[in-house]
Amino acid sequence: MVCDSCRERDAVVHLTQVVEGAVTQVHLCETCAADKGVETTVAAPKTPLTSLLQTVQQQLTTSATDQARCSFCQASYKDFRASGRLGCARCYSTFEAQLRDLLQRVHGATRHLGRQYGSPAPEQLQRASTVLELREQLRRAIELEQFEQAARLRDQLKEVAE
Amino acid sequence: MIDFSLLPDGGTRWLDGSGEHAEVVLSTRVRLARNVEGFAFTSRARDGERLRVLGQLRDAMPKVESLKGGVILRVDELATPDRQLLHERHLVSRELAGLDGTLAVRTGAALVLADEVSVMVNEEDHLRLQAMRSGFDPLGAFGAATALDDELGRFVPYAWHGEFGFLTACPTNTGTGLRVSVLIHLPGLVLTKEISKVLAGLQQMGLTYRGLYGEGSEVVGNYFQISNQTTLGKSEVELLDQLSRVVRHVVEREEEARHVLLRDAGYIIEDKLWRAYGTLRYARSLTFDEAMNYLSGVRLALSLKLLSSPSVYTLNKLLIHCQAAHVAQYDGRATLSDGDASVARARFVRDALAADVGSHG
Repeated sequence: MVCDSCRERDAVVHLTQVVEGAVTQVHLCETCAADKGVETTVAAPKTPLTSLLQTVQQQLTTSATDQARCSFCQASYKDFRASGRLGCARCYSTFEAQLRDLLQRVHGATRHLGRQYGSPAPEQLQRASTVLELREQLRRAIELEQFEQAARLRDQLKEVAE
Repeated sequence: MIDFSLLPDGGTRWLDGSGEHAEVVLSTRVRLARNVEGFAFTSRARDGERLRVLGQLRDAMPKVESLKGGVILRVDELATPDRQLLHERHLVSRELAGLDGTLAVRTGAALVLADEVSVMVNEEDHLRLQAMRSGFDPLGAFGAATALDDELGRFVPYAWHGEFGFLTACPTNTGTGLRVSVLIHLPGLVLTKEISKVLAGLQQMGLTYRGLYGEGSEVVGNYFQISNQTTLGKSEVELLDQLSRVVRHVVEREEEARHVLLRDAGYIIEDKLWRAYGTLRYARSLTFDEAMNYLSGVRLALSLKLLSSPSVYTLNKLLIHCQAAHVAQYDGRATLSDGDASVARARFVRDALAADVGSHG
């Protein structure tokens, strides 16, 4: 098979490309492949986690964002950088700017285009989960001796329960 | 010891050798990552929170059609060998089984196993909904996982964001939370040395590959797992479609390679594969890697019609039963030294192949 580019040498690199959903094959010789910057050796598989962690490490964060803590789980962005895992769903709002940037780099997009979810849940379910959430926050606030916050949560709980 | 006869199909119906392209694709798995609103994600949650997550699932089970007749296995209450058995059957991840080395098994770690689907509870995410199918069947597996997702989401409120979609502990899963992976056997491409090009191609297509046992595991016996790498910005159907097209292409390349092998190196290949079968039939000691490589050879021989037995199902079962915890269980012990395990493994393989020959007359 002859190289698709120079049409002289034998093609040794067979590249599968997807352009607008159509799969095409390109056959190149070693020289043309190198010219086009095609990697011809197989490196260790890049796991999503490795590239994620690299991206996270690269992100320049000010000390202010590092110190900001999620109001629900008390995790900081620094915790995320250390573990690669967010503390809770609320973290997505707390660190929205950094995460949007990160999602863009990892997935090439930030907007979910898949199945939609609306908890069609009966109002009771929603109230139950709010109560659970508030109770959980209250417990955390007490543990962390944030008594003002705890008092506020206790009042909110009372309101929801009524 | 755990009694697998109590589980639906011992949890391994996905290995029955049926389905499209079953000679190349062993199985298809779809998982959806979901978290329960109102609780910290698993690794930051306290024991009580994780137990309440499990409680919510337990309460929902009788109302969810897909989980009817299912069983709950408290992974956190099982001894290490039992957790290892579950992991070797691909029913739980290393992390859930507490076999990660760094992480002990978490309080509240559980597996819900039903006919068509299973749920890992308190893995990296609160809920990992899974469906496994024999052969190449991404749509079938996705259909089963989605049916469960739809039902369960009505009773358990999921963590959801208007822009980002389903929220997960690791941002690599955010959005659809969908990971579809196929377990594929590519000896033809490995023997013809085409494999590195195929694998390099996968990465350009937004897919990734790993060995038989998930993230970080080595490729052994020419078995690869191919899966999607991104989860956000494309619909589930697009993600499935993209993976399906690439996998079909890889299957074609593998079939071509097998024909080339037989055409250009007929007797060499034939001899190599018969030797693999002979070794498995009569060896007195087999390491895990040896067993995997010979089983790969016998599977190739079957698909080239050089051998008429054993059945694909027997080979699939051996894939599971050659692993350490299964070999130890067969030998009636909790753990075995490497040497003893190799001897027990060889005996198990001999018995299984002899029985298969018997059943085929």
